Amino acid sequence: MKICVLVKEVPDAAVEKRIDPSTGRMDRSGERNLNPYDTHAIEAAMQIKEGGAVEVDEIVAVTMGPASAVRALHKAVSLGADRSVHLSDEALAGSDVAATGYALAQTLERESPDLVLLGQQSDDGECYTIGAVLADHLRMPSLTQVIKMDVVEGKLTCERQAEYGYDTVEIRTPAVISVGDAINEPRYPSLKAIMGAKKKPLDALGAGDAGVDTSKVGGEGSQVDCGDFKAPPAKQAGTIIEDEDTNETVDKIVAWLDERKLI
Amino acid sequence: MPGILVYALHYEGAINKNSLGAVSEAARLAGELGTEAHALLMGGDDLTDDLCASLGRYGAAKVLRAKGPEGLAQPVVDAMAKAVADGGYDYALFGGGLLGFEIGAGLAARLGAGVTMEVTAVNVDGGRLVAERPIHGDSSISTSRYKGFGIIIGRLNAFETQAAGSGAATVEDLDVELSEWSTRATMVKRGEQRGADVDIEGADLLVAGGRGLGKAEGFEMLEELAGTLGGAVAATRAVVDAGWFPYSAQIGQTGKTVAPKLYLAAGISGAIQHKVGMQSSENIVAINKDANAPIFEYSDLGVVGDLNKIVPKLNDAIRAKKAG
Repeated sequence: MKICVLVKEVPDAAVEKRIDPSTGRMDRSGERNLNPYDTHAIEAAMQIKEGGAVEVDEIVAVTMGPASAVRALHKAVSLGADRSVHLSDEALAGSDVAATGYALAQTLERESPDLVLLGQQSDDGECYTIGAVLADHLRMPSLTQVIKMDVVEGKLTCERQAEYGYDTVEIRTPAVISVGDAINEPRYPSLKAIMGAKKKPLDALGAGDAGVDTSKVGGEGSQVDCGDFKAPPAKQAGTIIEDEDTNETVDKIVAWLDERKLI
Repeated sequence: MPGILVYALHYEGAINKNSLGAVSEAARLAGELGTEAHALLMGGDDLTDDLCASLGRYGAAKVLRAKGPEGLAQPVVDAMAKAVADGGYDYALFGGGLLGFEIGAGLAARLGAGVTMEVTAVNVDGGRLVAERPIHGDSSISTSRYKGFGIIIGRLNAFETQAAGSGAATVEDLDVELSEWSTRATMVKRGEQRGADVDIEGADLLVAGGRGLGKAEGFEMLEELAGTLGGAVAATRAVVDAGWFPYSAQIGQTGKTVAPKLYLAAGISGAIQHKVGMQSSENIVAINKDANAPIFEYSDLGVVGDLNKIVPKLNDAIRAKKAG
C-alpha cells in the first residue's frame, strides 16, 4: 500500500491574520507552521504502517505552496514520511479551494496512491472541503472527519460523527480520507529525525511537471471572485478578568452573574 | 430560467432543519431572481410523495427524488450533477451540515464550478447571487461572486426556516446512474448514539466543557456547578469524540444548537464549529487559560485562568450565595 499525506503550511495561530487589501489574498508572511490537523493524518499513516495489518511500501508527503512550504514537508518527513513532493508555481497563486483541489489531484495522480490522507481542516482558510474536491477529480470514494479507521487489504472501515450520530462506513480503496483530530495523538519527532529530514528525497514540481492546466488555476482560473472585504457588525467587547487572586476572581464572576439575575 | 437547486437531507422520515432553512432561503432568492427553487432528495422507500411534496410549504416549486444510499455524499453529487446537466440551474444551495460541505465541494469539482462555504448571507446583486462569508475567525467578511455555476454552502443555522410557500411541490423521480467510485462506500451503521441520553436543549443554564478540562473526570466539577446553578452540562465535539461525555450533549456543527440564558464555557477554545451551535446564548461566560482563545472574542465575560482552581471555588461561592 502506498499512502500519500497532504500537508499544508499555515500561519502560526499565535500570529494575527490579515488580508492584504491590495490583492484580497491572505497575507502569508509572518510565522509559519505545519497545519496542526495534518500531524494527525501523518500519525494515521504511521499507525497503518506500524500496525502490520497491511504492508505499507511508502508514505509520501505532498504539499502545494510557495518556497517556504518546504518547511511543512520537512516537518512531515521528521514525523515519519519517507519522501515528499512540493508543487510550487507562480501560476497557482490565488487559487480557490476548487482550483487547489484540482492542482493537488493532478499531482497525486502521478503517485497512484492507494490511500490519500489529510487533516480535517486547515487552520487558515477553513477549507475542510478539499478532500471532497480531490476525491471527485481522482475518482475515488471519500469520507471526511473520520475519527476511527481500521485498515485491511483493499478495505477501510471508518467511523465518524455526522448529523444524526456516529456513522460506520466501509470503503474499498483507493480512497481519500480526511481525519479528525480525535483519531490519534500525534507523536513528537525525535531530534535525529528533525536533523535528518532535509536529507530525505524531495521532488520539486512546477505546474507543467504535474500536468496542471494553468488556465484552471490561480486567480484567473478560479471560479469565485472574493472581494468587498468588510468588518462584521461590531459586537460590544466583553469584560475580561485575568485570574490573579482566585477568591477575588470568583467574587467578580458571582457579582456579574447576580447583576444579570442568573443565580 | 436560471433556477436554484437545493439538497435536502432527511433521516427517519423527517427533513433536516438546516435543509428546510436552505429551501426557504432558495425560495426567497428565487423570488427575487424571478425563477424557481427546486429541492433534491436521495433515499429509499421512506421518501414518500407526501414527505417530498411537503417541501412546497417552504417554497420549493419542484422536488427531485433520486434512489440511492442515505448519508453518503458522493451518490448525491452524481444525482445533482445529473439534474444540473438536464438543465435549468445556475446555483446549488446547501444548509449547514457535514454532508452539505462534502456534496457541495464534490459538485464544485464535478462541474468546474465556484464554491463558497460557511456562508452567512446570500443577496441578489445585478441579477446574480452573491454570498457573504466570514473569514479568519469571523474578523472579516468576504463577498463571493461566481463566474459561472455557483455553489453556496451555508453555515449551520445561517438560513431561517420559513413556511411561506403556497402548498405542495411537484414531485419528480430522477433517474441517476451512480459513479463507480460512489458505489465503493457503503453505510454499515448510521446515526449511532453513544453515551447516555441527556437533554440540554430545554436548559436555561448550561455549563459546557472542552478539551481544556484535561481529562474525562474534569466533567465531575462541571456537573456539580451545573447542579448548583440548576442547569445542565454540555460538551464540545472534541471531548465527545474522545469519549469523555455523551454525544447527546454535544454543541455545534454536528451536535445541538442551543440558546440558553447562560452559557458557561470551561476549557473551550471556541472554534467556529462550536460557535455556530451556541452564539445566540443570552450571556456567554468563558473560562480558559489561553488568553488568545477565540471564545474570548465573543464572550460577554471572559476569565483568563486555570479552571481547576476557579470552577470549584465558583461552585462554593454560588452555593453560599444561594443559601444566603
